[in-house]
Amino acid sequence: MLRLPPFRYLSPRSLEEAVSMLADHGPEAMLVAGGTDVYPKMRRRQFEPKVLVGLARVGSLREVRGTPTEGVSIGAGVTLTQLTRQAEIVTGYSGVVEGAEVISTPQLRNMGTIGGNLLVDTRCTYYDQTYQWRKSIDFCMKKEGSTCWVAPGSPRCLAVTSTDLAPVMMSLGARLRFVGPEGERVLDAADLYREDGIHYHTRQPGEILAEILLPSAEGWSSTYRKLRRREAFDFPLLGVAVGLRTGAGGEIEDVRIAIGGVGSAPQLIEEATEILCGKQPSEELIEKVASMAFRSSKALDNTDLIPIYRKKMAPVFVRRALRGLLGLSP
Amino acid sequence: MILVSFEVNGTAVRVEVEPQDTLLDVLRQSLGLLGSKEGCAEGECGACTVLLDGLPVTACLVLAAKVEGCSVTTIEGVASMWKGEEGALHPVQEAFIDVGAVQCGYCIPGMIVSAVSLLERDPSPDEKTLRQALAGNFCRCTGYNKIFEAVRRAANRMGGDL
Ligand SMILES: Cc1cc2nc3c(=O)[nH]c(=O)nc-3n(C[C@H](O)[C@H](O)[C@H](O)COP(=O)(O)OP(=O)(O)OC[C@H]3O[C@@H](n4cnc5c(N)ncnc54)[C@H](O)[C@@H]3O)c2cc1C
Ligand code: SF4
Repeated sequence: MLRLPPFRYLSPRSLEEAVSMLADHGPEAMLVAGGTDVYPKMRRRQFEPKVLVGLARVGSLREVRGTPTEGVSIGAGVTLTQLTRQAEIVTGYSGVVEGAEVISTPQLRNMGTIGGNLLVDTRCTYYDQTYQWRKSIDFCMKKEGSTCWVAPGSPRCLAVTSTDLAPVMMSLGARLRFVGPEGERVLDAADLYREDGIHYHTRQPGEILAEILLPSAEGWSSTYRKLRRREAFDFPLLGVAVGLRTGAGGEIEDVRIAIGGVGSAPQLIEEATEILCGKQPSEELIEKVASMAFRSSKALDNTDLIPIYRKKMAPVFVRRALRGLLGLSP
Repeated sequence: MILVSFEVNGTAVRVEVEPQDTLLDVLRQSLGLLGSKEGCAEGECGACTVLLDGLPVTACLVLAAKVEGCSVTTIEGVASMWKGEEGALHPVQEAFIDVGAVQCGYCIPGMIVSAVSLLERDPSPDEKTLRQALAGNFCRCTGYNKIFEAVRRAANRMGGDL
């Protein structure tokens, strides 16, 4: 059985203390919230931190404030279970609930947090394996090796973004507040991600995600559709999130479509917004936007199900999500 | 070494742990509670499911040092959650026996803890809720139908007793 290697565990009580502990231990330290990504990966020696800075006792990270009308701020340490039951979120942000309730298992949702989810590691068939497995085929570029086994000519790692809530946050126009040794900064959810399987986020070393700021839900509806092999639980092989605001006359006032699970970074389909805004929804427009999702999806053979199937499902899921929000038959 | 005090099945315990020890390690090795099983040790199989402050979690992914002040219920403690006769099993346990829901048995402690947690929260779950509540518990003998039947039977029995 794979055991956890030895490490030091630090348990700060405030965000400031956590920031300074992280700074004191530099690259040897790693943050852990629910640990549902960190601990399995430490057992498989994908992560080898000497020091863990645990966020569980930082009370401020577990707060939810605001209302759907004025906007809601969610502490990064709020669990996925809490997200699916929190009144402010259930009433205003269906996409968040639909995204959170299909992550992992009931047990893991009681431990896993929204912050950990937004920063969860990218995945790949050649990487999500035990140390011995990875050693036996020679380590890949993401950890210890130099070649990418998915595409040996690739200059970068192609591991896949696997967070269900990242596309949801992008579709809602959420902003993320980070606190670090140099103070704090707020960025658009979309700007957290990079198309690189190793350096998949723009969080600076030493920074802690403090809260997720959802804008007012007034006039908006949202949804999340996930493709996976087993309905019981599985990582996303494709995730489509849509946020939509319609006017009194049924015209589309604003829309954001984001897709995850088919590239190293989740992405907004920006042309879709341009095409749909200010228009009355029609079959033709929906099809046009759906076909863009096909082009945006860069499914590769490094996760479950064949890539072309996942790519072909992208327009299907965009169509279903849009039709669902517009109240059209699927 | 870290000294941790918490409650297991209603009894206060104090144990010395290393930072890397999990709650599952402590339950099985220090406290001799062998009901919770280690399957995958990665949070997938659910054989080590216990209630931590009333919520089901996989004990293989909980650091022992983190349960300071918490209350833990393992399969050994579920019978006493039910106000039955002295020494009686929990209705969920009874139903698993009556229906014959157990094959090799390895997954059953986790399965029962998840089912008990569901019925505490929702005494008459619909089929979808029932299946979702057990989605994090694998049975590799694939006796799921009998398992679902047992939980439905327990739900009826518990509802009737209320
Ligand atoms: C069996 C199994 C199934 C899973 N299925 C899914 C799935 O379907 N979809 C999915 O999206 N995920 C899935 N996961 C991954 C994981 O459980 C979730 O993404 C979870 O939400 C991670 O949250 P956590 O709090 O446990 O993160 P942790 O493991 O604690 O941390 C994850 C990462 O985030 C960093 N981090 C945590 N909090 C902060 C913070 N406040 N600021 C900065 N960095 C931070 C950590 O350093 C680490 O790099 C699964 C995991 C397992 C084991
Ligand atoms: S995409 Fe290539 S480099 Fe990245 S984890 Fe997979 S095999 Fe390794």
